Amino acid sequence: MSVVSAEQDAYRAGFERFAQSQAGASEPAWLRERRSAAFARFVETGLPTPRDEAWRHTPLAPLTRGRFEPADPATPPPAPEVLALLPETDPRGPRLVLVNGRLSPELSRTGAAGPGVSAMSLKHALASRPASLEPWLARVAAGGATPVFAELNTALAGDAAVVLIEPGALLDAPVRIEHLGAGPSGRAAYSRTIVVAGRGSESRIVEVFASGAASARLTNAVSEIVLDDGAQLDRCKLQLEGNEALHVATLAVRLGRDARFFDHSLVLGAALSRDDIDVRFEGEGGECALDGLFVVDGRRVADTHSRIDHARPHCSSRELYKGILDEQGRGVFNGLVIVRPGAQKTDAWQMNRNLLLSPEALVHSTPQLEILADDVKCRHGSTTGQLDPAALFYLRSRGIGEAAARGLLTWAFASELLQKVKDRAVRAAVERQLQERLPGVAGLGEAAS
Amino acid sequence: MALALGPYKFKECKLMPLLEIKNLYAEVDGKKILNGLDLTVDKGRVHAIMGPNGSGKSTLAYVLAGKPGYTVTQGQVLLDGQDLLAMEPDERAAKGVFLAFQYPMEIPGVASMTFLRTALNAQRRRRGEPELSTPEFMKKVRETAGKLSIDPEMLRRAVNVGFSGGEKKRNEILQMSMLEPRLAVLDETDSGLDIDALRIVSQGVNRLRSPERAMLVVTHYQRLLDHIVPDFVHVLVDGRIVRSGGKEMALELEEKGYSWLEKEPAEVGEKSRP
Repeated sequence: MSVVSAEQDAYRAGFERFAQSQAGASEPAWLRERRSAAFARFVETGLPTPRDEAWRHTPLAPLTRGRFEPADPATPPPAPEVLALLPETDPRGPRLVLVNGRLSPELSRTGAAGPGVSAMSLKHALASRPASLEPWLARVAAGGATPVFAELNTALAGDAAVVLIEPGALLDAPVRIEHLGAGPSGRAAYSRTIVVAGRGSESRIVEVFASGAASARLTNAVSEIVLDDGAQLDRCKLQLEGNEALHVATLAVRLGRDARFFDHSLVLGAALSRDDIDVRFEGEGGECALDGLFVVDGRRVADTHSRIDHARPHCSSRELYKGILDEQGRGVFNGLVIVRPGAQKTDAWQMNRNLLLSPEALVHSTPQLEILADDVKCRHGSTTGQLDPAALFYLRSRGIGEAAARGLLTWAFASELLQKVKDRAVRAAVERQLQERLPGVAGLGEAAS
Repeated sequence: MALALGPYKFKECKLMPLLEIKNLYAEVDGKKILNGLDLTVDKGRVHAIMGPNGSGKSTLAYVLAGKPGYTVTQGQVLLDGQDLLAMEPDERAAKGVFLAFQYPMEIPGVASMTFLRTALNAQRRRRGEPELSTPEFMKKVRETAGKLSIDPEMLRRAVNVGFSGGEKKRNEILQMSMLEPRLAVLDETDSGLDIDALRIVSQGVNRLRSPERAMLVVTHYQRLLDHIVPDFVHVLVDGRIVRSGGKEMALELEEKGYSWLEKEPAEVGEKSRP
């Protein structure tokens, strides 16, 4: 208890510093109130402990014991090795680069965003488009089941990548948002994204997280995404944090009537990676598909907790998460699908498949359905296993060596999800990462086709 | 130097069979399947192995390819005089052994094209041969697929996924044609094929017949041997060859069935290499 209080005191000092700073004090009253309320919820709930069900299988100590001072906004630019990790951007689309959670005007490309989309910093958005933000900012990810780390982000994130897509806009090029870590170890970056997709719009967002190889830093990220009626949004998250990094992210999505949301989560980095996903259907006829791939080796941990809330009838959700675990890697998948009373004709499918490449790898998989309506179609499942020996023999009987055969089958396991990633550059970046880790798959994928 | 070594080497090549199976015993899950099998196969020859269900035909095919779980308890298998059983499956493939599977595996996520190219170049590397470039490979694969009436577009799809039984078997023959093995073992390649598919597959196999290549055609039915005419026919019962003869023996078996052989004492060995 005393430990938690000491931590909270440190966070309180950080929050007060921020609230009194020029940036914090000049914000509109509604936002200042929401920040205070979020901080109050953080204080009330406190940091999670191993007794919390949602953290039972995930080693918390590195997250809660470390004193992560907020990273300096005036940091040096990200290291060249971090910039080199980033997939190529589409020059036709806007690019927002947040360094330690602050928008970098030098690295970003906001001006020629093209018609139908505005991409800007929080300060700029609060000044020019407050009415577009006020209904949603710090409200989509707030209260209820929102993780306490997201509340902390709301209290402390001084900036955000703001993307506003006009009603009816059909964007050709994806909007790129990059969250980069820079500066010394032991710091926390609060990085935030908010996307408001107007009625009937169609767009793509790519969020990339990257930090240096050996820096023990914490990224606390929140993405709030709102889809108005009939909007369609394809989001891809590529997590390439350094091997020592801690990464805690919350994705909160609200779907209006007939809105369609597709998410591709590609978790390749960080010592500890935790994603909380909260998707809520707020109109009839909505559709969402959540795909995820995580790859852990060494002693790394990847944890995804997802929650899909069918609050309205006639919505469909599909979720496929795949884990590749090598060495002493650990994985956690917890997927909850809630079908509220009256949400008839809900169609939900959820599947978690894990591939264990080593006898020491471990995964906890918990798909859950909570069905409170009677006319619904819901299926879920989970499989964890090793490479199929019959398939391995088939490959080897054709002359492919054992290590290469294993690499090829592992690649194949991942490729089901990669094929659905629309952004070629992102796909190529993931393939490069896999090629570095798997023998015998050099020359496959984008580069070869 | 050529004078000193030439004649000797020539003699050795001439005499050494491609494959020699000597007194082979093998078991699967502790169950004895092969019980003292002898067979010698020379280059350029096609041997048919026939026999009732459960006689050990597929086990022989798997033992030659090196499938895990198939334990050899006694005997010897030599490929070019080298101990085949000591080699890993991929090493056997590089030495020229190819098994056309009775039930080809589906490999989701690996395109046939990728699979073929990876396999071909892995074998070539192992043999110290240069890898095929992309254009060389594409040319070869297009030509080969065309001869087997395989749409090259199909090769962009995952290996055998969503293929019919006939398409899977054709794909096996495509792999064989691309990899150009020295010893091809065809395990029940005719099962599940209609007559048109059987014809295409047989033509594919016949095109590969050459003085340098031997084939072991494992089949339950005589029908396949109308299309792939063997030099020798052997009957396998209870894990041993009980009778060997020419191609006409297949017709005799078709007429009389296998039961009359199952009761006869084995008379083997020498006859397997007339």
